[in-house]
Formats: sequence, structure tokens, C-alpha cells
Amino acid sequence: MVPLGHYLILSAILFATGTMGVFLRRNVITMLLSIEVMLNAVNLAFIAFGRTHGSVDGQVIMFFVVTVAAAEAAIGLALVIALFRHRESLNPDVFTSLKW
Amino acid sequence: MIPVYVAQLGMVLAVFVMLLLSAAVMVYSERKVAAFIQQRYGPYLVGPRGLLQPIADVIKLMFKEPLRPVAADKAIFILAPILSATAAFAAFAVVPFGGESTFFGLLDEPIKLQVADVNVAVLVVFAITSISVYGIVLAGWSSNSKYSLLGALRSASQMISYELSYGMALASVLVLAGSLSLTDIVNAQQGAWLGFIPRWFVFVQPLGFVIFMIAGVAETNRAPFDFPEAEQELVAGYHTEYSSTAFMMFFLAEYINMVTAAAVAANLFLGGWHGPFLPEYLGWIWFLVKIAAILFFYIWMRWTLPRLRYDQLMQFGWKVLLPLAALNLIVTAAGVIYLGN
Amino acid sequence: MLLFYLFGAIAVGASLLVVLGRNPMHSVLLLIVSFAALAGLYIGLEAPFAAVVQIIIYAGAIMVLFLFVVMLLNAHREDDAPGARPGLAHGPLRAGAVLALLLVAELGWALTRAGRGEGDLLASGPGADPAALQSVRSLGNVLFTEYSLAFEVTSILIIVAMVGAVVLARRES
Repeated sequence: MVPLGHYLILSAILFATGTMGVFLRRNVITMLLSIEVMLNAVNLAFIAFGRTHGSVDGQVIMFFVVTVAAAEAAIGLALVIALFRHRESLNPDVFTSLKW
Repeated sequence: MIPVYVAQLGMVLAVFVMLLLSAAVMVYSERKVAAFIQQRYGPYLVGPRGLLQPIADVIKLMFKEPLRPVAADKAIFILAPILSATAAFAAFAVVPFGGESTFFGLLDEPIKLQVADVNVAVLVVFAITSISVYGIVLAGWSSNSKYSLLGALRSASQMISYELSYGMALASVLVLAGSLSLTDIVNAQQGAWLGFIPRWFVFVQPLGFVIFMIAGVAETNRAPFDFPEAEQELVAGYHTEYSSTAFMMFFLAEYINMVTAAAVAANLFLGGWHGPFLPEYLGWIWFLVKIAAILFFYIWMRWTLPRLRYDQLMQFGWKVLLPLAALNLIVTAAGVIYLGN
Repeated sequence: MLLFYLFGAIAVGASLLVVLGRNPMHSVLLLIVSFAALAGLYIGLEAPFAAVVQIIIYAGAIMVLFLFVVMLLNAHREDDAPGARPGLAHGPLRAGAVLALLLVAELGWALTRAGRGEGDLLASGPGADPAALQSVRSLGNVLFTEYSLAFEVTSILIIVAMVGAVVLARRES
């Protein structure tokens, strides 16, 4: 069987990939996609742990994460649309009105 | 004598061939039934009574020139029909069409007439139908044409909206059967009341069946919900720019989706392969009869009912069908709790 | 074991391409591939319901939403604003990315050091296939008893998200 550590390392790699995406990309949609990658990495860790301890709590928490991710994606994309209408660009560096 | 894995491989092959043949039969019967409804002859030139017409269609489509718009995104343009066709075939992988059988003693032990017996089979079908949305959306997008994009977006919104009612009608059956496995659901419909009324779920859940059928028609983009491929309004919707083999893939995917929807409906509501007068291992004959009845109903609806306008379609899905499906689920759940059947 | 490496490689590869890809349309499609690979991993972890839910909700609904927005905003031809290198960020944010890599390295080191990581995944719990069948039932049980408050709050969250999305994306007329 596959040891737990393997799943955790895979989850960590995915999480780091997502984080890199959020930090390095200058396109709002790609940043949102990277956040989804991070959430998936966390889901994987939860289910791996749930399996290790033989309880279904891991899956339950995964459902809540998926639901919250859905809500957050909906709002995030609505914000992206509203921002795009304002400034015609998807680069977060363009929206600097609040800077001092 | 024959090891089980060979038999299972054979089952995969058999299902694949069966689906292709059923698509061919559907093409022919659609045109013949349409002709019958419209009081004319259907195809009758190719082969005896026009039976070889689907073969002529396939040959014609394969020999057409494959076109591709220059500004189209090449990778996605090629991916979209592949995705559509693959999803259509994959959805049938978990649908059982018969009880256990040993094929007259050829096998060591009985295998189920199903490619894979998963115990969340119902959800797998649901998941794969939600993947088939992508084939349509990507086709519309990558064709880089207004008509295709509009048709694709409308079709995707329609499919997603009706997926909700589809899922809730499905959930009502799950509440009755107590299991997510299609084999278990079919086996829960064995037997008969009073000796002659079969214990099918359609008699317990008539509203659920109607909702499921309507949602199934909307899911497979068939009339009266076929606005996305309306010939009169949108040229041909999302497959406007496709020709030859790729168009055949979409065509195939649509008919196989219909067959899968009919098969799932037969399993969930009409008792699957159980039926009188035939022994258990010939149950697939009953299954074919039930699917044929449902598909005839689909074709009948297409050529009789007028097409719904897009906003009427969406209003119907959200304001009428969804509340009815939710009501159905609540009443079913309450019934199961208080009556305990 | 082979399936773990296969699905894991697909998931990591697809996620890397999502993050580094130029075209957001391709990124969305690659993310769907990544989700499918993760669903395969969940099936290997004997959570078939979680796998199917992942496909239905994540790959089947949320990603369609992303696709719609990408198509609506015509984002596939979007040029990023002029920077040091278009598409990648400047100094301080790069440091953040390096820290993420450090996290992975540390985790790997810690797991091999303590020896906890080599535990067998079949430590406890019920057997193989009956567990999967039972798990949906027990999942529903736990979801509606222990976590019922979270469940109800999530439903409110979804309504809020729906209303919010409609309001935010509305054209001001």
C-alpha cells in the first residue's frame, strides 16, 4: 500500500505549485486557478489522513472545502468581471487606485 | 474454462460494438419514425426498406473534406469532438443491462452484464454527463465563430440547469432503493404487487419519472430543448464549423447520450432487465424492449412538439422543474420515513 | 502503487502547466485534467464518493464557470501589463514563491527524519470493499449529525455567494 508520507509530499508539492502561481502570475484568472490548486492539495491531505485513521471525517471536511471553493470561485469570478468592465485588463498591477 | 478477465475484456468490446450499432439503429429509426409521423416514406432506396441507410451516412461523412477555420485554436478544436464521444461511451460503462450470466457454462463463474460494477454507479453516470458539457463548450469556443459560441454557451447553461432536476429525480429513486449501485436499484424492483403489477419505481414515483425524462431530453439536447443546435436559428450551433469525421463524432455522441439516458431511466424507473415470461439470463431482451420504448418516445417528442425558445427553456427548468423535483424528493423522503417501505 | 505515481505525476504536471501556462483557456483545461487525476487518487484512497463529488462539482461545475468567464472576457488574448517579464512578478513576490518551495523541502525532510511517514496506510478502519459501500451511508450519517451546523451554515454561504455573484457582475444601467 502507499504510505501516508507519499500522499503528504504530493499534497505539499501541489500546494507549493499553487502558492507559486498566486505569487508569480500577473493574471487574475490564473491566480484564481492557482487558489483552486491549493485547495485541492489540502483536500488530498484531508482524505489521506481520513483514510489513515479510518474515519469519514476526512471526506466530510473535503466536501465543505469543495463547497466553500465553489462559493469563493463564484464570487471571485464575479469580481473579476466587474473589475474587467472597469479597466479592461486582467493584470492585478493595473488596479492601483487604493495605493497611497 | 475461459478466465474471467478475458470475459470482461469481451464484455468491454461487446458493449462498445453494441453502442455503435445502437447509434446506427437510432439514425435509421429516427428518420423512419419521423417519416411515419409526417406521413411520408423515409429512406427506402439503400438496402431493403432503407436498412443500410446509416452505413451510407457514415460513408458519406467519412469522405467529406475535413475543414478547419484558420483562426481556430487547433488543440481544442481537435479535442472537443474526442471529448464528446469519449464521455458518451464512458457513461455507459457502469450501466448494467442484465443479471448475472455464465453464457451457458462457458465461464467458470457468473459475471454481470456490465463493464464495471461500481457501487457509486449512479453518481458516475451523473459525473460523466457533466463532463460532456465540455465537449460542447470547447467546440463552440474553438470554432472562433459567433454562431458556434452562442450555441455552445446556451447549450452549456441549459445542460447545467437541467442537471439539477436530473439529480434530484435521481435522488428520489436513491431514497427508495437505499443504494447508489445501479445493480442494487434494479434488484430492488423485482417481484410484483398483486401478482401482476411489477414493482417498478415508476409506479411509486410517477412525478419523478416525468421529471427525469424531461431533464434527460434537456440534457441530451434533444427537441423540444434543442435550441443550441436549432437549424433555423443558429445554422447548426456548436458544430457549425465541423465536418467529416469530427461531425460524425458529435452526431455519434448525441445518439449514444440518448441511449445512455434511456438505459439509466430504464434501470432506475422501469425495472431494468426484470420482466415476465423470460428466464433471468435473458433479461437483456426486456432491457432492450424498454430502451426501445423510451427512445421511441424521444423521437416522437422531437417530431411532434415545437421547439422552446431559450428563455422559456431556462424559465421552465428553474421555475417549474426544479421546485417540482425538490417537492418530489421531500415527499418521497417523508414517505420512506413514515411508511417504512 | 503504480497508479499512485501515475496519477500523482499527472496531477503535478498538470498543476505546473496551469501555473506556468500562457493561455488561461489552456490553464483551465489542464486544471480539469489535474482534478481528474486527483479523483483517481481519491478512488485509490477508498473514497469513491469523494472522487465522484470532485468530478461533479469541481470539474463539472466550477470549471465550467471559469470557462464561461474566460470566454466572456476573451482572456485568451490578454496581454499582461508591461513588467520585467510579462506574466511573472517582481522581486518580493518571487521571494514568496521560493518560500513555498522551502515548505515542500522541509516537509519532505521532516517526514523522512521522524520515520512517521513510512506508516502503512492500512493501519485501521474496516476492510476493503465493504468499507466503500458503508462509507456513503456513514458519511451521510456523520454529515447530518455531527456536522449539521456546518452543513446549514454552508447552505447559507451558498445563497450569499449566489446573490453576491449576481449583484457584483450586474451591468450598471
